[in-house]
Amino acid sequence: MHDFDYEAPTTLSDAVAFMARHSGGVKPMAGGTDLIDQMRVGVLTPGTLLDVKKIRELNAVQCDATGLALGAAVPCYRIYGDRSIVQKYSALADSCQIIGGIQIQSRASVGGNLCNSGPAADSTPSLIALEAVCVIAGPQGRREVPVEAFCTGPGKNVLKPGELLVELRFPPRPTDSGSHYRRFIPRNEMDIAVVGVAASVQLDRDRTHFVSARIALGAVAPTPLLAADAGAVLAGQPVGDEAISRAAEAARAVVSPITDMRGTREFRIHLTGVLTRRVLNAAVARARGEQVDCRPGH
Amino acid sequence: MSKKRVVTSTINDNVVEFLCEPRQTLLEVLRTTLNLTGTKEGCANGNCGACTVLMDGRPVVSCLVLAVEAEGRNVRTIEGVAQGSHLDEVQKAFLEGAALQCGICTPGFIMQTEALLAENPDPTEDDVRFFLAGNLCRCTGYDKIVRAVLTAAAARRTSAS
Ligand SMILES: Cc1cc2nc3c(=O)[nH]c(=O)nc-3n(C[C@H](O)[C@H](O)[C@H](O)COP(=O)(O)OP(=O)(O)OC[C@H]3O[C@@H](n4cnc5c(N)ncnc54)[C@H](O)[C@@H]3O)c2cc1C
Ligand code: FES
Ligand code: FES
Repeated sequence: MHDFDYEAPTTLSDAVAFMARHSGGVKPMAGGTDLIDQMRVGVLTPGTLLDVKKIRELNAVQCDATGLALGAAVPCYRIYGDRSIVQKYSALADSCQIIGGIQIQSRASVGGNLCNSGPAADSTPSLIALEAVCVIAGPQGRREVPVEAFCTGPGKNVLKPGELLVELRFPPRPTDSGSHYRRFIPRNEMDIAVVGVAASVQLDRDRTHFVSARIALGAVAPTPLLAADAGAVLAGQPVGDEAISRAAEAARAVVSPITDMRGTREFRIHLTGVLTRRVLNAAVARARGEQVDCRPGH
Repeated sequence: MSKKRVVTSTINDNVVEFLCEPRQTLLEVLRTTLNLTGTKEGCANGNCGACTVLMDGRPVVSCLVLAVEAEGRNVRTIEGVAQGSHLDEVQKAFLEGAALQCGICTPGFIMQTEALLAENPDPTEDDVRFFLAGNLCRCTGYDKIVRAVLTAAAARRTSAS
């Protein structure tokens, strides 16, 4: 690897001040599972790596009645190991369980997954479905950006030089709600999504009708996508194949996938429909308190 | 050139101080500075698991960890598994079950198995295949590895009871 410096500040203000002093050549590092390889192959050559894992806010998880505050650098295994996240923010736990293998999950963070801004990032659709907001700190202070507006293109996002992603904030989960994330890959584990779909649904008290739904799609556009219309189609509708098929049709209508080695454009459009149906059914089952076994390959 | 750092870690129960550059991976320092060559490099990009070590008990691929990150941490490598010449249950099961051919992947598989058995002493075949999905083997076809892990788990349960 190229020569670089390493800093591991313990406070957010030190980290932001450090980034401001060294305009440009500093790259934040969380788990390093994207970054270290990008440096090894020479795609990135930062002068300094700023290890953000020792900053308290970036390493904290708080899940209570006010919602979920998830530090940007918290590794996947702590997320799916947290029972209240698994119960309330199930789609997020689903995503964290399929990013890489167990070794990668020891290090990989949701913040890193989001800031790497790959179109197929497995946690971003779940963040969108669960209405996460990005809390960003920089030399000008703090700002918040809804997660669906964070990525602006493959590998690109709204972070300005000197800015750090601090945490992701999620609103509390309503009763009778459920969520799920699922992707299609040709293997059971360790592959990049051909298509990934996350959905969150809220049902009425009888659990027979949709109150609202949010559906987000990965690997079918230059950025992960909120399929707002697909969610809106479900509002007020009776839970059943008819409404779910219409939502799947609406999801298919917003994608603009490419053809590559993982799949053709047509296949990806087809998968968008299939996965949207399956993910909605699983989210509904969870909203009804049923167990959904979503281990990859099952 | 950026300054070399002095890093202090506990490696296989010994406090070790070493010098490294920020750009060196933990894998590189283990093998070239500390002469712990049991940890292998397969892909160098996180996909094969040959370089798996435990950091504070968690399995990580040491090719995607910087050596400077080991400051103050507890690292366990394949060299720390046997007690002297006494192999542990996992090593024995791999040997007796012929769960290796060329052996390059074996240290990684054994460390990953140690992590699995520490958190789940009675895994199903499915649990094993899922937990070891980040370890690749070009020789065995995996079946003997999975069986060795199940044998080791059973042996460890017996010796614990
Ligand atoms: C073998 C392997 C398998 C993988 N499998 C998957 C998979 O199945 N699905 C998937 O989606 N990804 C996968 N990945 C990619 C990677 O593991 C994920 O994207 C991971 O979530 C990145 O998180 P990290 O903490 O390691 O990020 P890092 O590598 O530390 O950082 C990634 C990027 O984000 C920036 N960054 C990190 N934290 C911050 C912050 N707080 N503020 C501002 N910028 C920040 C960094 O500068 C860098 O550009 C895999 C990688 C490997 C090596
Ligand atoms: S050498 Fe580290 S995962 Fe392959
Ligand atoms: S025994 Fe040769 S790679 Fe596994």
